[in-house]
Amino acid sequence: MNDFKQEIISVSHLNKVFEDGVTVIKDISFSVYEGEVLGIIGPSGSGKSTMLRCITQLTTVTGGSVSICGQNIVKDGIYADKQSLRQIGLNLGLVFQNFNLFPHFSVLQNIMDAQMHVLNKTAAEAEQTAMILLEKMGLTEKAKAYPCELSGGQQQRVSIARALAMKPKVLLFDEPTSALDPELTGEILAVIRGLAEENMTMVVVTHEMAFARDLSDHIIFMDGGVIVEEGDPESVINHPQIDRTKAFLSRFSGR
Amino acid sequence: MTQMLVIMLQGTAVSLEVFFLTLLFSVPLGLPITAARMSKNVIISQAANVFMLIIRGTPLMLQLIFVYFMPYHLFKISWDRFIAAIVALSVNYAAYFAEIYRGGILSIPKGQYEAAKVLGYTKWQTFFRIVLPQVVKRIIPAMGNEVITLVKDTALVQVIGVAELLHVAQTTSSRLFSTMPLFVAGVFYFVMNWAVSAAFQQLEKKLDYYR
Repeated sequence: MNDFKQEIISVSHLNKVFEDGVTVIKDISFSVYEGEVLGIIGPSGSGKSTMLRCITQLTTVTGGSVSICGQNIVKDGIYADKQSLRQIGLNLGLVFQNFNLFPHFSVLQNIMDAQMHVLNKTAAEAEQTAMILLEKMGLTEKAKAYPCELSGGQQQRVSIARALAMKPKVLLFDEPTSALDPELTGEILAVIRGLAEENMTMVVVTHEMAFARDLSDHIIFMDGGVIVEEGDPESVINHPQIDRTKAFLSRFSGR
Repeated sequence: MTQMLVIMLQGTAVSLEVFFLTLLFSVPLGLPITAARMSKNVIISQAANVFMLIIRGTPLMLQLIFVYFMPYHLFKISWDRFIAAIVALSVNYAAYFAEIYRGGILSIPKGQYEAAKVLGYTKWQTFFRIVLPQVVKRIIPAMGNEVITLVKDTALVQVIGVAELLHVAQTTSSRLFSTMPLFVAGVFYFVMNWAVSAAFQQLEKKLDYYR
């Protein structure tokens, strides 16, 4: 089924060893195809976030290859030149656990600024894109507000809008609801679900098991820096085969 | 009395000139010093470190004397005492400002840099569009302190013969056999610093729209 779809992210034999000698990612390979949602689950410290950081160039890999839309960021541990890295990086959007909005910019400026100064859009174009996205996020009336005046859920929706404004080929989420009060997680999950319905390609690192199961086309369970189990969501989450996956998921059985 | 005030206002004008010119040069000069101090290149950062140790570890009065008289001792050339005063004060204050900037830069969360990088900002854009505006807000109280000190430190330039306010007050005082000029000078310094704190409070208020 994936044969005629473009491969958006390709990770092969990825390795990451921290400077203190701790290996956080061991020989991981996977692909994400256009329109697909990949869910990544696993305990804290399993290397999920580090893997997203390797893909988004926030940290360097120690070995292996990562390519985005067929262009190599790193091939067998050797990085592309700076100019290409920046260009390829523009295909990726990242939503952080702590939102990381720019506090000195209004909501509207947060969404407009990179469009204008990175993509060289005019102010009018950038504002139009921003207002369409804000409407989609249900935050039109907050355009002039500053991040400190918003709830966590509203801030996270702004940060999703900020990432989408750059028209990325794939959107990566690093535990997008972990910093939110339980009653606010729902609004973020609804937004991500809406994006999935529009066939946005996404990689979602999450602790929300039911959400991962319902949303993802493919699930990876990571532990100790390796992929312990992967497959379609139904089988990984409801019928795990490996003991470590079973042990991890049993803690979530109440949810 | 009027004549005394006129002379002292002339001295105040010199003090204000020293004050504003020093600010004008030292505020931007602090930035490259911070950049050097925070450089990944050990030689550059150590050079900046030694420079700051010397500047902050010796009396400003001595630095004024050194800057004014050194060219004469080395090359037998003398230069303008006012320019020497501005150079010495600017370099001295730039070193202090650099440390304040560094503290401000270090207080910006890593997430701001990461968000900017993923959005495709260059390093320069990240610094000037995202980091620096936030640093400005955070360092205002510390800068206010330093600028108030600068108003009072302008009195030191008299050691190399620049006729600023306190110098004029002292000579007038001995000529008139009266402490009145010294008292008036004190009032003048106080009023100048009152204006400085008011300006900083205003600035702080203006940047209060975000946290």
